[in-house]
This record gives sequence, C-alpha cells and structure tokens, in this order.
Amino acid sequence: MITVRFFATLRDMAGVEVKDYPVGEPLTLKELKKRIGDDFPALREIMDSRSILVSVNQEFAKDDSVVRDGDEVAFMPPFSGG
Amino acid sequence: MTDGLVRIQKGVFSIEEAVERVKGASKGIGGIVCFLGSARDFSRGKEIVRLEFEHYPGMAEKKLEEIRQRAKENFNIIEMAIVHRVGRIEIGEDIVLIVTASAHRNDAFMACEWAISELKRITPIWKKEITREGEVWISETP
Repeated sequence: MITVRFFATLRDMAGVEVKDYPVGEPLTLKELKKRIGDDFPALREIMDSRSILVSVNQEFAKDDSVVRDGDEVAFMPPFSGG
Repeated sequence: MTDGLVRIQKGVFSIEEAVERVKGASKGIGGIVCFLGSARDFSRGKEIVRLEFEHYPGMAEKKLEEIRQRAKENFNIIEMAIVHRVGRIEIGEDIVLIVTASAHRNDAFMACEWAISELKRITPIWKKEITREGEVWISETP
C-alpha cells in the first residue's frame, strides 16, 4: 500500500486528504501520478505543474523517483509559511 | 525535538521563553536577533478576518530542524530557535519566531534573515486567508 496525501488547495481539489494505493511491484512517481489522475481528474493537470512539490517519505522527490509498498507520498502546493 | 529549539504548535508562544532557551546554550552569546512574523489585517487588497495555517506533520518539523542545523554550519552562530504556529490565528497574533544567537551581532542578523527566507522556501506550511468574501489558500511566498 502506498499512502498518498494531499495538502491545502490540492486537498480541496481532490476532496480527500489521504488515499491508499495497493501496489505490487515498485513504480515511478510518474506512473503513480497517472493512477492518481485517473481517480482525481481535477488533479491531473496540476500534478504536473512545476510549482507542485512531491515528497516520498517526507523527502522531496522527482517524477523518476521509485515508490514502493509502505511509502508515503505527498503532493504539496507552493509553501506559504512564515 | 532538539530540546524544544524547533517547534510547531497551535498555541501562542512566548518570545522571552524562546530567547531563554537559546541563551541557555552558551555563556559566549553576546548578540541575539529575533524575527517575529505576525498576522496583518490587510493583504492583496482585501481585509483579512483571520488566518489558518496547515503543515505536513513530521516533514515540517524535519525541515525546520534542517534549517537550524544548516544555519549552525554555515553562519557563525551559537544557537537558533524556530517556532511556527499552525491552526487558527487571529489578526495581530504572532505566527512565527526565529531567534539567532552569536558572539557578535552581525552573524546573528545574517543567520536570522537567511533562516526566515529558507523557512518560506522549504517548509511544508500553508497559509489560508479568510476574508469577508471567502477563503483562499496562499501559494506564493513574498
């Protein structure tokens, strides 16, 4: 299972905070994004926007990063803390 | 985390208490700089009713600790504390505090300036502005 979390405006767009994806073999973030896009069409375009940050197990990651069972992936809009 | 020098919390924080925590690190501290960010009532042409901050629990704390460690490596400072509030914040309330301490003031000024910019750049925290017309997630860091 890969746990996918959406934050701030992305959560509002997805309508959920967390979604679990059962996985067999490890896959790239790009492949995972495709599955997420199928479930959440509203996110399809924005997930590929350069301003959206992605993390795997709380470290920043890129499209070719590999994710596997047990990982936590987060999609994050630009930060606005401080 | 790290003796409470890096904190994300819902409630209000005490500036004095944070300064004391930093001062406790060494008697060699001769200069302390504080950056305090607070909630203003007007933004992007709209009157703000209140703010709400959300964070990515775990990762946000980790990034703040990373900022503290990097500041200690790259600037000639003795210690640093960072406190950021999340949840509902009323106008006029404090949001974020950075305290840097060094032997001489210049190092503390430079580290403090760097740290708040880096916080805005790498820490997964998001601000929502609540106005009379509605709510909007802010997605840029001025």
